[in-house]
Amino acid sequence: MFDLTGKCALVTGASGGIGGAIATALHGAGATVGLSGTRTAPLEELAASLGDRAHVLPCNLSDAEAVNALPKQAIEAMGGLDILVNNAGITRDNLFMRMSEEDWAQVLEVNLTSTMRLCKGVVRPMMKARWGRIINISSIVGATGNPGQANYAAAKAGMVGMSKSIAYEVASRGITVNCVAPGFIATAMTDKLNDEQKSGILGQIPAGRMGEAEEIAAAVLYLASPEAGYVTGATLHVNGGMAML
Amino acid sequence: MSDVADRVRKIVVEHLGVEEDKVVENASFIDDLGADSLDTVELVMAFEEEFGIEIPDDAAETIQTFGDAVRFIKEAQ
Repeated sequence: MFDLTGKCALVTGASGGIGGAIATALHGAGATVGLSGTRTAPLEELAASLGDRAHVLPCNLSDAEAVNALPKQAIEAMGGLDILVNNAGITRDNLFMRMSEEDWAQVLEVNLTSTMRLCKGVVRPMMKARWGRIINISSIVGATGNPGQANYAAAKAGMVGMSKSIAYEVASRGITVNCVAPGFIATAMTDKLNDEQKSGILGQIPAGRMGEAEEIAAAVLYLASPEAGYVTGATLHVNGGMAML
Repeated sequence: MSDVADRVRKIVVEHLGVEEDKVVENASFIDDLGADSLDTVELVMAFEEEFGIEIPDDAAETIQTFGDAVRFIKEAQ
């Protein structure tokens, strides 16, 4: 349905469940993909399964210098950079009263500051090309809050405000900036929950099930497509009705 | 007019779609030539490329007029 032939997309956190699904969906629509992440082995594996048009670009998002260099590396490897998906994220959950400044700083650095750095790095080539798509993966908790996740929620909400501001600035140049906010998605991150936690969560989801990574990827694919050219500054909530925003 | 001025003028004319004779020494990109703030960023990007120089953000802010741009580029070269 959506054709991304000739477009180049950089996806961070591509070694994770959602990131892998996003890269696979963009690649399936014809895009060349740059797979970024900290763990090289799963990236290589994903690249091998995708075949052509897949490049592995390892990057530690807590290393500012490495992050600043990543867009250039992506352009060198792929020949361009039309689509950026900031998907990588970490959690350091703790009750707010017990949350250390370090846990706060780390989550903000990786989830929000690295997103800012990558956005900055890609806006320039996108402005020149008069076309670009930035899709930042936020979270339902950025809108609703979540106990134990003051740092994560702050970073994810920050992403939304930042995306809207950038969207204003670059809209006239054919660049859109949007967020996708997943609810509870079945990944390694949610696998860690015990059965009691899981049934508690399911009770709050009108759809009665967790989401699939592919359902997030489909939202990203739409926002990356030429068809979504008039959608900018938006947050697409994909959460089974858990929060109707 | 020097070569630098001609090349800068060409970029400004192309980018902002203004008449060549409007691009004079004291012409302000924003006030006289109809640029918005993003246009000024793009002009600086174009200057960097054309002349193979780097214009840091704090210097870019001081480039308000056509004359400013020509002077800055001549010094940077």
